[in-house]
Amino acid sequence: MVQTAPTAPGTASDSGAMSEGKRAERKLGWLLCAPAALVMVAVTGWPILYALWLSFQRFDLKYPDRREFVWLDNYITVLTNGYWWSAFWVTVLVTVISVAIEFALGMSLALVMHRALVGRGLVRTVSLIPYGIVTVVAAFSWRYAWTPDTGYLANAITPDGAPLTEHASALAIVILAEIWKTTPFMALLLMAGLALVPDDLLKAAAMDGAGPWQRFVKVMLPVMKPAILVALLFRTLDAFRVFDNIVVLTSGAQDTSSVSVLAYNNLIKGLNLGIGSTMSVLIFIAVALIAWIFIKLFGTAAPGSDDKGRR
Amino acid sequence: MVCASALTACALASGANTVNLYSAPEENLQHNVDRCNAESGGRYQIVYHKLPRDADGQREQMVRRLAAGDSGMDILYLDVTWTGEFAEANWIREWTGENKAEAERGTLQGPLETATWEGKLFAAPKNTNVQLLWYRKDLVPEPPKTWGEMISTAQRLKQEGKPHWISLTGAQYEGLYVHFNTLVQSAGGHIITDDGKRAVVDDGAVQALRALRDLGTAGVTSAAMNNAKEDNARQEFETGQSAFEMNWPFVYPSMLENKPELAREVGWARMPGLRPGVPGKSTIGGANLAVSSYSTKPDLAFEAAKCLRNPESQKFSAINDGVPPTIESVYADPQVAAQYPMRETILEALKDPGVRPVTPAAQNVSTVLSNMLSPIAAIDPQRTAERMRTEVQNALDSKGVMP
Repeated sequence: MVQTAPTAPGTASDSGAMSEGKRAERKLGWLLCAPAALVMVAVTGWPILYALWLSFQRFDLKYPDRREFVWLDNYITVLTNGYWWSAFWVTVLVTVISVAIEFALGMSLALVMHRALVGRGLVRTVSLIPYGIVTVVAAFSWRYAWTPDTGYLANAITPDGAPLTEHASALAIVILAEIWKTTPFMALLLMAGLALVPDDLLKAAAMDGAGPWQRFVKVMLPVMKPAILVALLFRTLDAFRVFDNIVVLTSGAQDTSSVSVLAYNNLIKGLNLGIGSTMSVLIFIAVALIAWIFIKLFGTAAPGSDDKGRR
Repeated sequence: MVCASALTACALASGANTVNLYSAPEENLQHNVDRCNAESGGRYQIVYHKLPRDADGQREQMVRRLAAGDSGMDILYLDVTWTGEFAEANWIREWTGENKAEAERGTLQGPLETATWEGKLFAAPKNTNVQLLWYRKDLVPEPPKTWGEMISTAQRLKQEGKPHWISLTGAQYEGLYVHFNTLVQSAGGHIITDDGKRAVVDDGAVQALRALRDLGTAGVTSAAMNNAKEDNARQEFETGQSAFEMNWPFVYPSMLENKPELAREVGWARMPGLRPGVPGKSTIGGANLAVSSYSTKPDLAFEAAKCLRNPESQKFSAINDGVPPTIESVYADPQVAAQYPMRETILEALKDPGVRPVTPAAQNVSTVLSNMLSPIAAIDPQRTAERMRTEVQNALDSKGVMP
């Protein structure tokens, strides 16, 4: 395995131009990263390939004798199923709304924290508390708060109803819980972006007569663009996998399942490895697609990388 | 000798006579384990490993390990609905010969059915459970006999400005399916054929759907009913806002402890039926003990399992953990009688039970059904039955998608 590493694509073509020492150095480089690369392939690549392999089979642990290869049947089953699409649109809705609101809130919070003169450290620490709390624990306190009789929010806002038992209000509560949890994360990333904006630039803009709003839109936002896109990308990917809040708050009742909850139900609870893996693969494709859109169309670059990805 | 310490990891690897029991956390089960170990005279040594507290968690841990052929588990604690699944997947051993005879001796028919798959016994009933109707004697002198009577009584109480809620497990989960099954069985209907292969959803099931819908739209349940599980239903009743509660017997000791003054006003009866003069067939709960196919010492495991569910063990569990026995003679024991004022009603219900259809796909069927039953006010009897026929059949064939 180790011997094959140096002949990887890219090395062969330009090896002629390299000196003996340089080639040895490159070989050593490959040798040094080989263990890490192999571990990466083993822990991420293999499960994905195995899920793909399972998704082409009819394979239910309850019926070990009925295992067979069915090509794309599982994909047809899932993609023509109402539960899947209902879960898909719930996921999209939760993702879009929560990320949009988090962005607006996170930006305001970042501006406040950036400009805070006294107790800057304290303000930042305090605002990070929701992000530090385990999601499941937070979700339980939301659930109790929204349950009639025991919950202060339910009693105060809807004395006659049980908001977690209605589709729309249950979804709104899920989104609220998501926003509460991850706005600090968004704010933190955006604050890092704010630090990139040079004060001179803002002063110059002010001298030219730009008001606060113009300075924000015309100067700060463009400079912050890489940080904003990274923050949006991270949160979109994160929100698309929403799972724990939904499981705790509604267990997916009243059509509030997300695709992850559905995949879990079919794979772990239902023991249907074929259908469950098909869903996992579809989720993987969706996540990859989101990342691709952000990177190729919006030019998001990973933090610390060079400018090649951006436009 | 090092393994004399309480280290679980050590126990796993220890002696040839170790029998690993994987069971739900039961406060006083260790006592039975110790007694059986002492009685065996060193032939076997049961080590009690606690599974998670919730049923899904228990099933998931066992299933995961069994699917991987784990030989570290010998005796498995199975919820009554899992027998078909574990048997069909070849994860548990059939009970035969003398073992079978002992598991069946004096055991009530209903609990035995829950341990049977395709005519073969795959587990020994450890404890059972039935729901009863709990009602307020100060509000209604006689318990309602039928579902319709219960609803109209509650509506009358509401008009009179008295406590009137009917509390039940209305959340979208197994608990809602339990009520549906009770009603279907009471109507003499079927969801699935007796062999567990085909979806039926006949007229009886449609009647049951209608009954559930009627309760949902009658205005006599709490706003939180659609999210209520066993404990939420218990709390509703204990706060004094309910006139009726349909729940397992654990609610009674709880009431004695939390609301002794209310407990004095509480009566119990069999679950209301659908037709006058025919009591409801309460759905059976409880747990069975099975022996893993991957166990390396099945003989010891069968012997230990028999001890863990023998009359003496069941009596101890009934008195100390409040779980109803599966062996009829235990009910007559004076000590049990003192602890179980409602034992006659429980026994009556147990002898006329509504067993959930036994099928390997029980979990899938339950998930699919509870999805279509929730919220109960939105049930459209004919149309919901139509949908159930397709989706339950898909679940049985492990086709299609579980919600």
